[in-house]
Amino acid sequence: MTSRPEEPLDLSSPGAPVQGMSLRQEAPPPSAEYEFTVRARRQWQLVLRRFLQHRLAVASLAVFIAVVLFAFIGGALWHYNYQQFTGDYSAPPSLKHPFGTDAASHDTFAQVLRGTQRSLEIAIFVAIVSTAFGTLYGSVAGFFRGPLDSVMMRVVDLFLTFPLLAVAAILGDQLGPKANGWFWIALVITALTWPYVSRVVRGVTLSLREKEFIEAARALGASNARIIGRHVIPNVMGPVIVTVTILVAAAILTETALSFVGFGVQAPDTSLGLLISQNQTAVETRPWLFYFPGVFIILIALTINFIGDGLRDAFDPTQRRVRA
Amino acid sequence: MLAYTIRRLLVAIPLLIVSTFVVFLLVTFSGDPLANLRTKQPPPSPQVIANYRHMLRLDQPVLVRYWHWVTGLLHGDFGPSVQGGGTLDIGHALFQRILVSLRLVIAAIIIAMILAVIVGTISAVRQYSIADYVFTFTGFLFLSLPVFWFALLLKEGAIWLNNHIGTGFKTLGESSPIVGPGFGSHLVDALEHLVLPTITLALTAYAAWSRFNRSSMLEVLGSDYVRLARAKGLSRSRVLIRHALRTALIPFVTVTALDIAALLSQTIITETVFQWRGMGDFLFTAIRALDVYAVLAWLLFAAIIVIVANLIADLLYAVLDPRIRYD
Amino acid sequence: MSGELVDGVVPPSVSNRANVLEVENLRVDFPTDDGLVRAVRGLSYTLAPREVLGIVGESGSGKSVASLAVMGLLPKNARVSGQVRFGDENLLGLSESALARYRGEHIAMIFQDPMTSLNPVYTVGWQIAEAIRAHRNVSQRAALEKAVELLRLVGIPQAADRVHNYPHEFSGGMRQRAVIACAIANDPDVIIADEPTTALDVTVQAQVLESLRIARERTGAAMILITHDLGVVAGQADRVLVMYAGKPVEVGTADDVFYRPRMPYTLGLLGSLPRLDVGGRRRLTPIQGSPPSLINLPPGCPFAPRCPMRQPICQQEEPELRPTDHPGHLAACHFSDSLVGVAPSDLFRPTARDDVLPEDAGDSAAPEVTA
Ligand SMILES: Nc1ncnc2c1ncn2[C@@H]1O[C@H](COP(=O)(O)OP(=O)(O)OP(=O)(O)O)[C@@H](O)[C@H]1O
Ligand code: SF4
Ligand SMILES: [Mg+2]
Repeated sequence: MTSRPEEPLDLSSPGAPVQGMSLRQEAPPPSAEYEFTVRARRQWQLVLRRFLQHRLAVASLAVFIAVVLFAFIGGALWHYNYQQFTGDYSAPPSLKHPFGTDAASHDTFAQVLRGTQRSLEIAIFVAIVSTAFGTLYGSVAGFFRGPLDSVMMRVVDLFLTFPLLAVAAILGDQLGPKANGWFWIALVITALTWPYVSRVVRGVTLSLREKEFIEAARALGASNARIIGRHVIPNVMGPVIVTVTILVAAAILTETALSFVGFGVQAPDTSLGLLISQNQTAVETRPWLFYFPGVFIILIALTINFIGDGLRDAFDPTQRRVRA
Repeated sequence: MLAYTIRRLLVAIPLLIVSTFVVFLLVTFSGDPLANLRTKQPPPSPQVIANYRHMLRLDQPVLVRYWHWVTGLLHGDFGPSVQGGGTLDIGHALFQRILVSLRLVIAAIIIAMILAVIVGTISAVRQYSIADYVFTFTGFLFLSLPVFWFALLLKEGAIWLNNHIGTGFKTLGESSPIVGPGFGSHLVDALEHLVLPTITLALTAYAAWSRFNRSSMLEVLGSDYVRLARAKGLSRSRVLIRHALRTALIPFVTVTALDIAALLSQTIITETVFQWRGMGDFLFTAIRALDVYAVLAWLLFAAIIVIVANLIADLLYAVLDPRIRYD
Repeated sequence: MSGELVDGVVPPSVSNRANVLEVENLRVDFPTDDGLVRAVRGLSYTLAPREVLGIVGESGSGKSVASLAVMGLLPKNARVSGQVRFGDENLLGLSESALARYRGEHIAMIFQDPMTSLNPVYTVGWQIAEAIRAHRNVSQRAALEKAVELLRLVGIPQAADRVHNYPHEFSGGMRQRAVIACAIANDPDVIIADEPTTALDVTVQAQVLESLRIARERTGAAMILITHDLGVVAGQADRVLVMYAGKPVEVGTADDVFYRPRMPYTLGLLGSLPRLDVGGRRRLTPIQGSPPSLINLPPGCPFAPRCPMRQPICQQEEPELRPTDHPGHLAACHFSDSLVGVAPSDLFRPTARDDVLPEDAGDSAAPEVTA
């Protein structure tokens, strides 16, 4: 209904447009790049604000950070080592051993700290590497389309044809006992999770390709690498972050399950899954050995899932609109 | 549709060939199948080892071994096994295990889908009600629950109940070693053993699905055509079921079908806890025994399940959505 | 409150006759993250049998929200107050099941976007038959036959075959006609058409409007025709209500509003409309700026920031909807009297840089305003 006038408007006349209008007229025509950056910044502020409104997600973030600090700092400060024989056999929780001890007199608290560390390290590794690789892979496939895309996506299909846990178990059986067992386990899980990220990224990239600012950047002579780096990747970050939080929670559960069936982290190192596996017969007699590691797994996975839910709402608020 | 199905199955063949080849290499190079044999006490004679090498075709190049394996498959021969002193018939053994696992998987899928549809629909229709919050929280809780931990918890709980109240939960295995005569008692026995693993698996699967159904219901409930359906003066239940749920089920069914691979992972863990002699036990035993061909057979079967599930998802899509037509 | 239609000033065209629909002081608020969105701020109108009331206004002026409120189809979080009287019943506050008896049967609605209005998984005929069977105890077969008849009525060729098609097999215009067929399936007393042609190609618009006219004449329904295009209203409406920022700012007969506008906003709308009926060449004179945010609306006339006749009082006091020099013609402007005989181009700047009419450039001035 309104069209932008070419002649400058007379601000002194009574009917002169007020507020934002005049501003828009005076500012130099912004470049596509500039407008994009401003838009992106505003978008992130909005996302942050909406995330902060999701109380459960914010609380989960606080708990998650507490668990991380607890595992890494607490582990360093606690007076028992996870491998140490304390001399207290199968002791129930007490001030000395908050989570009790096992039949070999290990301090369960120290073991849970160590297991949490391991699980978090694996989760963080999976998050970073599968995000980085999956995003790059997916954006290249989606950006170039055509035969390259087809080939790249068939590779992804290939990865998704097998149950993650089975392949991880096959590889973990060989790699788990190695010196840096946890690193190999993390690598295996990463190798099996990045395809999910790349699928999401490719989908978003395909739709982004058609957007004006990409056209504009191309018209300005930006190279493909620059367009992918400056325009595609920042815009897919929303869906990626949401996908990755889900994957990280899944990665933690996979790692613990893998260790539980004996193809993950191996003794003398320990992990939450391994602890549960070692203590599965003790549920009735020494329940502390079973419950504490389990509760920590749930705590980590649950908080990450809630954080992911908050991020999803923040990036895509349409779901929150109440209708019908 | 038939033509499409056949075409899809034909297209799946190259995918299967490539993926089995990749897996073949992966498994072949992931370890020495004779490692367990070599460390045996007393050490077997070199002749025995050589015999095994020959039986497992280790004296042939990898490509030839793969060729042998594939051509063997066409005759129903899944390759030699190191288990059972080299006498194990992989195809037969795996088939038995699949039958055992399949009843668990199918029971769990049916229960999980029903639960997910009901819970997701209530959550969406009563968005931000107490029920929605409770369902959302429990959904997230089950999503975050390690399946083995939950299974152990259920198992121990059932044992406790058995001991203290005298309930008769079956917590071990997929069937009792000794069952009364007749098909009926076998069926009852199998069903009794199904209860706990099915609950475990169904609850872990339902969590994600109910979240999905909730969001797809929310989207549909906000759609113009649901508004038009209400504007026509239809009853609330008709709007919800015939219009909203019917359309929301399209993506839902597809997603559940695609989730079968993930469900297979949960199944083998659940089976481990309840000590079922199913696919999980078959796989883990084969891995520990470094039984290359048994592992390969398992993966081949898993890949076929996934491919068929994908196909079913696509076909269901076409059945449920008149906009999609294949051919 | 201001802007209320008082009983004494109901336009004469509908006096002495029982109104089929009466909306009084309708208000709709949406609580959102950013604050309370006051989408409709006191809307009143009446609709006589067979009358066509055009509601015009820019995007976001609350036209859809107001009509959804009448149907009880707003999202759950909407806060609605006021009265919507159909017969003796106030529809606001009725339960969903009680409302369902009115929807389709007495009041039917046609939505803005035909592409998404029909359920993609059912055939067009099935959906029309469903509308019939919601209120009539007839067999599916009979309902389908009626559906064919209705489709034929709204101008779908080969209706007997087309009735079995799915919505995606219909073009946009055909889908909208199918929705119209749905709307008239039960001979409603009122049809609310919310921008029935906005989403369509210009060439199809006329056909759909024609279908709508036939449908209305055949059923004898009164109609509320919502649009932001005065041209659509011109040929069809008996009376016109102009909405701005959730409020009616001018109400009158079509002639009143088109030829004797008494509110600068209406004048602006007319100026932005290309017209063939006015002799000679004329420039389009768009209204600058955009409607105000409905959150934290400042005091005073909501049109003030864009109004060329703005005076200090306009920013302090919101004008009420008051009778003008013509009976039954109401306008909400402190200076409506001074608009007598003013043309849009006297008030609004023409679209700039038009090489065809260089002599007109930049010489428009606001008229003298006498307070
Ligand atoms: N569910 C909602 N929550 C919050 N605000 C809403 C909601 N629905 C509508 N609004 C707001 O109410 C105002 C009026 O919207 P409405 O859809 O009635 O406008 P309209 O006049 O129909 O415009 P258009 O010509 O674009 O259809 C808009 O500012 C819109 O943002
Ligand atoms: S009241 Fe004032 S600002 Fe509002 S339309 Fe009239 S003259 Fe313009
Ligand atoms: Mg509208």
